[in-house]
Order: sequence, then structure tokens, then C-alpha cells
Amino acid sequence: MALTNEIIKTRLTDKFGEAITGMEEPYGMLSVTVPCEQNLKVLNFLYDEPVLGFRFLTDLTAVHYPDRKGEELCVVYHLHNLVENIRMRVKVYTPVEKPDVYTATGLFSGANWMERETYDFYGINFVGHPNLKRILNVDEMDYFPLRKEFPLEDQTRIDKDDEMFGR
Amino acid sequence: MSRPVRFNIKEKDTKDWGINNVQMPEGHMGEGFFATSLDKVVGLARKNSIWPLPFATSCCGIEFMATMGSHYDLGRFGSERVGFSPRQCDLLMVMGTIAKKMGPVVKQVYLQMAEPRWVIAVGACASSGGIFDSYSVLQGIDQVVPVDVYVPGCPPRPEAIIDGILRIQDLVHNESLRRRNGDQYKGLLESYGIQ
Repeated sequence: MALTNEIIKTRLTDKFGEAITGMEEPYGMLSVTVPCEQNLKVLNFLYDEPVLGFRFLTDLTAVHYPDRKGEELCVVYHLHNLVENIRMRVKVYTPVEKPDVYTATGLFSGANWMERETYDFYGINFVGHPNLKRILNVDEMDYFPLRKEFPLEDQTRIDKDDEMFGR
Repeated sequence: MSRPVRFNIKEKDTKDWGINNVQMPEGHMGEGFFATSLDKVVGLARKNSIWPLPFATSCCGIEFMATMGSHYDLGRFGSERVGFSPRQCDLLMVMGTIAKKMGPVVKQVYLQMAEPRWVIAVGACASSGGIFDSYSVLQGIDQVVPVDVYVPGCPPRPEAIIDGILRIQDLVHNESLRRRNGDQYKGLLESYGIQ
């Protein structure tokens, strides 16, 4: 029997019960929200369970929602079941004051650089990551550029009139 | 029967072709001798044999390739010998967006070049960061190395790049032989943290 979103939902609720929230299927792709401290348990379950078999981490990134108090930062895992060709999304919310999320490097080796990138741009502290340092930006950078409180423009530039350039 | 097409049978008037013949510097000439000042001769020789070092990172580099090609032919101005070792080259041509992470690389390449050396920033990105007014992009390479000529454009056409080279030639031609030892030049390098 082909794997469907309904089966994934049932298996997840059977195993984790109320912990799984925010189930939705935008454009047919299942998306679930998981408590921050349970992210590894859910990812492991999705990986190990023979029926589910989400064994490929397509993408790992973060989103910053400044208006959601207490859960400003969202870490998103995109998983792929290569056998059934089914994709799904796992979201984890964490407060901006203490953005600690357990690392997925033990499960997916590919998460190593993706988590470094996510740390680089959003400052998510991946607990247990073997080498959590900046990967794309210069090492001297002292902020996390994709958080909403930081303007996109280069602040060292002085030859542009702020009025004219909408700063 | 011989083939109907024959080539190069008409005599061509080469007078008006605008061939770039180098003019003799001012001086005193007599039978068997010619006397002029050394810096004029050095300037003349340097000006017409600039070895460019292309540092091409994006679309401006493509325009530079057209500039080097047979149609625009930078070789007409004595710069056909592109060197890919900074130690051999006179002119650093930075073409394209330079990310902040690449800034130290540009500076390293500049340091590896021997004096006298010149720098041309080709295109809006190399000159000022261009449209990339962003946290990751260097806002002009003159933040890390001194620049002699800026070529505007996004990207500039080959004619504009050639014009930039000609402006560099003017600088090379008219540069005093003492300039590189002067206090002003040393101060300029020091302001970039060089030496």
C-alpha cells in the first residue's frame, strides 16, 4: 500500500499523541509542528519506522517570526522518503532569547553544514553539533543577518542618502 | 577554369585605418642620436606593454572576455598578454561583485603584485557594491585596495573597459618615476594597512 499523508498522520498521533500540533497540508505537502525538545525523537521515529522511512534530509533552515512571543524562531526540516517519493516538513519553535535545538547531525550527516548555515544566519544554537561556527559569512560578523531586526543594507556605507534609499 | 573568387586584389588605403602607432616622445634628434628624458622612455615602454591580471567574478568578466577577443581586441593597446600570476602583472582588473569574504583575497593578490602596480575597478559592483547594498557584499574594492580607475556600467560594454585601460595608460605614461617612493604614496598604502 502506498504511503499517504493520512498514514503518516495516524502513525505520528499514535506514537506521540498530543505533542504533534499544527498539522496542515499546504499544496499537498504534510507539515507538522513538534515541541522543541522532542525534535530528535520525532525525526528518529520518521527515520526508523519501516512504513515511514523518511531517510533523506532535503533541507534544514529557519524562519524568524518577531511577532510570535516565546517562539520567535522556527527551525524547519524538509524530509524525503526516496522509496515512496513522499516529502514532509517538520517544524520546531524556539524562543529567540535561548534558541537551543538538539542537533540532527547524529541522524543525518548532511545536517552538519545546513545547521552551520542556519546558525550563521539565525543564530540557532544546535546543541551537540560537532563544529558549530559560521560557514558562509565572514568570521568577524557579530550578528545574525537574517533576523528581522537587522536591516539588509550594509550599515558601513556612508555615501548613500538615507532619505533617498528608504532607510 | 580557375575559381571565380580572388582575394586581396584591390589595393587598400591604410592611411585612415586609425592604426595605433606610438608616437615618438619629445626630444632632440641629430644624425645618429636621439636625446630625451628617461621617464618619458620608461613611461612609453610601460604604457604600451601593460600585463593585465583579470580578477573576474561575474558578468563584468564576461564583458572582459569579449574585450580580449578578436572583435574588440585589447591587444591593439599592448595588453594582449594576460598573466595569471600576480607576480608578473602590472594591472589588477577587478571585475564583478566582491563578497566581504573575498575582500582579503583581493588584498592578497594585490600584495603579491610587484611595484609599479595599478588597479582598475570594472563595473558598478567592484566600484561601489552596485545593486548589492547588502550585509555580505564589499561596498567597493577601494575599501581594501587603492584603485586608480573606475569603469562605470552594469556591466560596462567592452568599449568602456577599453576606455578604462586607456585612462590607465595615461596614468602610466605620465607617472613620475619618483611617485612610488614618495610620502604621499606611502601614506596611501599605509591607510590601507599595507607595509
